[in-house]
Amino acid sequence: MSDESNTFNEQMMEMFIFETNQAIEQLEDILLQIEKESVMTEENINEIFRIMHTIKGSSSMMMITNVAKATHSLEDLFFFVREKQLQNVDLDATCDLVFNTIDFINQEISKIENKQQADGDEEPLVEQIRRALARLKNPGNAKEQEDTHELEMKETNENSEREDQGVTDQTVKKHFIEQTPEVLEKQRYIAKVHFEEDCKMENIRAFTVVRNLADHVDELHHNPIELFEDENSTKAIVENGFDLFFTTAEPYDNIFQILDTSLFVEKIQLEQVDSYDALVKQIEKAQQDEEMVQVETEDELIKEDPEEILQEKVNLQNVINVGKKKNIISVNVEKMDLLMDLVGEIVITESMVTKNPDLAGLELDSFNKAARQLRKLNNELQDIVMSIRMIEIGPTFHKMHRIVRDMNKKLNKKAELFISGEETEVDKNIIDALGEPLLHMIRNALDHGIETEEERIAKGKPTEGKIQLEAINTGGDVLIRITDDGKGLDRDQILQKAKRNLLLPKSEEDMTDKEVYNLILLPGFSTKEDVTEFSGRGVGMDVVQKSIDKIGGVIQIDSKMNEGTIINIKIPLTLAIIDGMKISVGQSIFTIPTTTIRESFKPEKKDIIKDTAGNEMILIRGECYPIVRLDQLFDMKGYVSELEKGILVVVESEEVSFCVFADDIIGEQQVVVKPIPAYLRQYNIKNSGIAGCAILGNADISLILDIAGIAEKI
Amino acid sequence: MADHVNEVEFMEEDTQKGRFLTFQLGGEVFGIEIKYVTEIVGIQPITDIPEVPNYVKGIINLRGKIIPVVDVRLKFKKETIPYNDRTCIVVIDLDEVSMGLIVDAVSEVLTITEENIVPPPSYKTGFQNRYIKGVGKTDSGVKLLLDCKKLLTSEELQEISELE
Repeated sequence: MSDESNTFNEQMMEMFIFETNQAIEQLEDILLQIEKESVMTEENINEIFRIMHTIKGSSSMMMITNVAKATHSLEDLFFFVREKQLQNVDLDATCDLVFNTIDFINQEISKIENKQQADGDEEPLVEQIRRALARLKNPGNAKEQEDTHELEMKETNENSEREDQGVTDQTVKKHFIEQTPEVLEKQRYIAKVHFEEDCKMENIRAFTVVRNLADHVDELHHNPIELFEDENSTKAIVENGFDLFFTTAEPYDNIFQILDTSLFVEKIQLEQVDSYDALVKQIEKAQQDEEMVQVETEDELIKEDPEEILQEKVNLQNVINVGKKKNIISVNVEKMDLLMDLVGEIVITESMVTKNPDLAGLELDSFNKAARQLRKLNNELQDIVMSIRMIEIGPTFHKMHRIVRDMNKKLNKKAELFISGEETEVDKNIIDALGEPLLHMIRNALDHGIETEEERIAKGKPTEGKIQLEAINTGGDVLIRITDDGKGLDRDQILQKAKRNLLLPKSEEDMTDKEVYNLILLPGFSTKEDVTEFSGRGVGMDVVQKSIDKIGGVIQIDSKMNEGTIINIKIPLTLAIIDGMKISVGQSIFTIPTTTIRESFKPEKKDIIKDTAGNEMILIRGECYPIVRLDQLFDMKGYVSELEKGILVVVESEEVSFCVFADDIIGEQQVVVKPIPAYLRQYNIKNSGIAGCAILGNADISLILDIAGIAEKI
Repeated sequence: MADHVNEVEFMEEDTQKGRFLTFQLGGEVFGIEIKYVTEIVGIQPITDIPEVPNYVKGIINLRGKIIPVVDVRLKFKKETIPYNDRTCIVVIDLDEVSMGLIVDAVSEVLTITEENIVPPPSYKTGFQNRYIKGVGKTDSGVKLLLDCKKLLTSEELQEISELE
């Protein structure tokens, strides 16, 4: 049993983290929208309330009490706002509170994800929220209220968690929940709990409710009696709700609270009764009957109470109205990878069948027709599988609004974030790895880059700073560019610092500006003299570099004093499909991304020029292009050595154009870009001009050329 | 339910414990722990890649998965022989990193109990010693047991850690 509950807990935790993250994302969107429009609509309030309620419920079920308490107090606040339909809410302060809560939850969740205890202290936050609530309730008399709360706080602080929660609950909720008189004698209750539609594993949810209650009650019966053994229990709970009969000395509110904070509880009917023995007997009897003859039981029980049936229908109606579901399912990425590989194999197998040597010379009209159909379907299949994995970069970008907002407030700067290219699609894995580095760089731009308002005025710049975040699909790669119009990087300062930290690779004079700027990517480098809250802990850009390295990307920094800084991050579209031109060199086949190709032709001898160092160049329409021989570049043997017998492909990367010399062009094909295997990353392949690999139709591997990388070598 | 699963896992672990796949390389017989071996395939077309040491022969396409292959003869600085139809690629997998080892021929799967494994001689100068985890004594002779972890990590890193 302990084993079972362990894995079960892990599963639940995973689900909890997933759901909470989603809820928080949604919440952030709502808040940013509120701030942007400076209005908090009723709908917003309801949404926030609902999200807080969900997180509260799930976290208290997962025994993450600090998160539960924090969300609980925020829920109270929004409950109050909602009930009283307050109009004069201080938007800024309220949003700050919610943002703080989000941060707190995020922090705790990341602790859990790292298998640590969620041990953050929620009290300061709860206290903050409590004060805000007190202010709302009693605008004139806030001070007094605060004092009482503080006093209460001190008293409750030492108490155990659950009691604490109860007390907090009472002090805060006092104003709007009718409190039943506290009766300390044992009372009997009947409760009916309904779970949210589609919450799945209703029997397990019911079990957790039982477990939560168990410590607080003396006697407990429930219907269905068997939660795990009986296959019909889940169905019964979904259809009829989960009935509980118990005796307890605790007040109504506490019990209600326990039930309410259980995960996925949608609706609770809690009733105090004189006796429930008859009902329990009835259920037990029904259960026995069922065991004997296997007939439906719960229905009978409920049919005796027509009112309840009615209630049932109303409930069901509610449930249907609540779910505003999107038509989206979440799938494990590993499964996607498998599917992808499988499709790749199908494509390869297809060509093995249709181009089978055994078929040579045969007249196969209908076979060919079928083969064409197969090919078409396979192509469609491939396209769809690829498109599934690609997600838009937009949401990742939009998360940055939050950090800009926070930092503007804290640092008293004015900067606006502009986003473009949100629709650029990148592989899911890459998007996941991008979030953290982007955050770092936006922080840096704001903290180190953008000047204060006075400084900006003095420099004659617009008072409002500009940070631009763009994504551009350049064919083989995605370029992420972060531009700010701040003060730029200081070459001398960087050099000095690098010298102090012994990070200089060569003498100062020999280094180009770009090389100097890239020094800040080295570990242990931080240009800001004083550490601020946001950046400058010396763990800035090198972390960015590492994360980008991991996904096979390259960072480039360019800057101009007093004009701003541009950070370019080039990331591969791993697993993306690209249109490629296959060229052969000796036995190898290389793929050049079609987007980089301008033209290809067989050169004439008279157009070829050699400079004094023996470098070959060619004149095309009056312009001179360097020639790169792939066989020399990759130290291999090509079949053709005379330029006029092979083929030249003119390629272009950003501003640089050059010619690639190959034996022959084989043809065009869509290829799946696969990353270079992990084992090989220890070697210098990334800088050798290879962007990745692709599997061709005949199962051969082709290397994809990194045109921009080669351009840097010449 | 969970107990049952655990039991199966335990059994699997148990059947793999102390089992080694042995392969030939010139006159010597090497062994690698069977739990790292995912499959054995015949020699197949290898795509060259630039900027790698000579013992990294290139990459192969193993049913859609791209796997680097290393010629163990070259890695252990033995003279090369042309590949023939007995040449095999032993695919090993450790912590998501896969690699193919080109060997002369695979021989058999052996059980070597722990008491029959002795540590290798302690001098560190031998180039192949670095990869040897132990020497297994069997009825059919001595087998050199390879350390898969070390095979998969970069040589430069190892040298650094050895210096320290």
